[in-house]
Amino acid sequence: MSTAWVVARHTFTECTRRKIFVIVPIVTAGFLALFALGAHYAFQSVSGTVRTGPAQLVDETSLAGSTLVGLSMFVTLFLGASLGIFLTFGVVRGDAETGVLQQLVVRPVARSGLLAGRFLGASFLCSTYVAVLYLACVTVVGLIGEWWPTSVVLPGLSLVSGVIVVIALSLLGSVFLSALPNGIVVFMLYGAGLFAGLLVQLGEGLRSPSVETTGRIVSWALPFEALYQSGLNSLTSSATGLTRVVVQLGPLGGAQEAGPGLVLWTLVYLAGVGALALFVFNRKDL
Amino acid sequence: MAPVLEMRQLVKRYGTTVALAGVDLEVSEGELVGLLGPNGAGKSTLVKIGCGLVRPTSGSAHVCGAPAGSRQARAALGYLAELFRFPGWQRAGEVLELHQRLTGSSGGAAERADLLELVGLGRVGSRRVDAMSKGMQQRLGIAQALVGSPRLLMLDEPTSALDPAGRRAVRRILEEVRARGITVLLNSHLLSEVELVCDRVFILLGGEVIAEGTPDDLAASRGVEIETDQGTKKWPSARREDIPGLVRELVGAGERVFAVRTAKPTLEDVYMEAVGGEMG
Repeated sequence: MSTAWVVARHTFTECTRRKIFVIVPIVTAGFLALFALGAHYAFQSVSGTVRTGPAQLVDETSLAGSTLVGLSMFVTLFLGASLGIFLTFGVVRGDAETGVLQQLVVRPVARSGLLAGRFLGASFLCSTYVAVLYLACVTVVGLIGEWWPTSVVLPGLSLVSGVIVVIALSLLGSVFLSALPNGIVVFMLYGAGLFAGLLVQLGEGLRSPSVETTGRIVSWALPFEALYQSGLNSLTSSATGLTRVVVQLGPLGGAQEAGPGLVLWTLVYLAGVGALALFVFNRKDL
Repeated sequence: MAPVLEMRQLVKRYGTTVALAGVDLEVSEGELVGLLGPNGAGKSTLVKIGCGLVRPTSGSAHVCGAPAGSRQARAALGYLAELFRFPGWQRAGEVLELHQRLTGSSGGAAERADLLELVGLGRVGSRRVDAMSKGMQQRLGIAQALVGSPRLLMLDEPTSALDPAGRRAVRRILEEVRARGITVLLNSHLLSEVELVCDRVFILLGGEVIAEGTPDDLAASRGVEIETDQGTKKWPSARREDIPGLVRELVGAGERVFAVRTAKPTLEDVYMEAVGGEMG
């Protein structure tokens, strides 16, 4: 049995024993109930297509549906990222400081296997969680408001990929920093990524290319944000006219089309982060 | 036969701090060797280099002929860190099972049962780690280090946090481990423990080996004391074999002999003399 598989299984068992699979669903159910309530009242107050001015039509149902799903994507990304960070922020230095890691590293296994196992374990758990939560939110909106996104799969994949990027960053940070500072740094990076999304929107609104470019660069430097924006974009790609403009303003960060370049960049980014983490971990005195 | 552990001119620097300053050390098959020294002497660094947790600045370290830290070297050793922790949610048997998987041991349940029995935890294999006392966790740590039948067992302060009964239990385990033919490098502050169980002792100070030998060699006789009606007389260079002649001489001189003692220092005396009373 490969080291990565053994360690990934260990992570899974740990989550089971620490009752993460009990606590997280309970809290998530609370969120979903609240979300359903919000969706119910939101759709109750809309009445199809309305005229906002001469020849300007806004589909209120689309607007409410995409806003709600967009909002749920923001929360889903946040919850998935939080879960991922808490599962990985102490993997190297944190575990070394508490004396957990040394007993594993002296075994005849590659350090890369240990790191890959923790990455795979956390990624599998968080991806599953994010996918389930995202689909639950889409279903709630679909059943209550009879509005379904243009693409259900692409936004979900973007969210899952975004969370995997956050996990990779958290693992990389854990090679350099103790658990607490690493957790703080990764959450701050997460916040910086979200702010970059707002910056792009702001730049577009103010017609300031420099602000917009800065936001885009940061979004791609922290690609979970670019993935999130891309996911938002594919959520409403069929909306047209003023509806599209309003929807694209989006809740908590604007939708941006990214294209296949983002997928390639994410893969390169993950490989780079992994290689750097492994390079440093392999040379680290424990 | 190649030594089980061999270190040559081992140097380790952390920035400007020299942890090891050219250590030569050799441990042969089946030996139980003690590593003594004050805090900061470099003992833990030496053990960690042997395990591949720390990379030496210069010099070489080999375990069973393979470079320390290589997969082959790590496959041949078991290790228990001074400050170790097993996840509290794991059961004793699961700790061993995880390490069996990582080691590639095919011992299965029989090996786990044997090791738990060896360390006196045969009845608590299903108990969670966080429900175990410190002494039990320490013994579980030794069992974990023995997973996969290593040729070399490296223990870093395995008795430091234990009460006298716990220390005695660990001593018994070490004797059993030695009886199984496993070589042991024991890093300990507890001189009496080392004196009782070790075949050989290395004393480290400031990153250097300042004394080496069997506990008997190190604590060799330092002369003879004879108590007579004239008072206690000392022969600092005399040995045990000289006693009959000395007694005959004294009796011949008309003195009445009441007691004869060989002045034999304890390992603690030797240690304190060697390190010059240096505090860690």
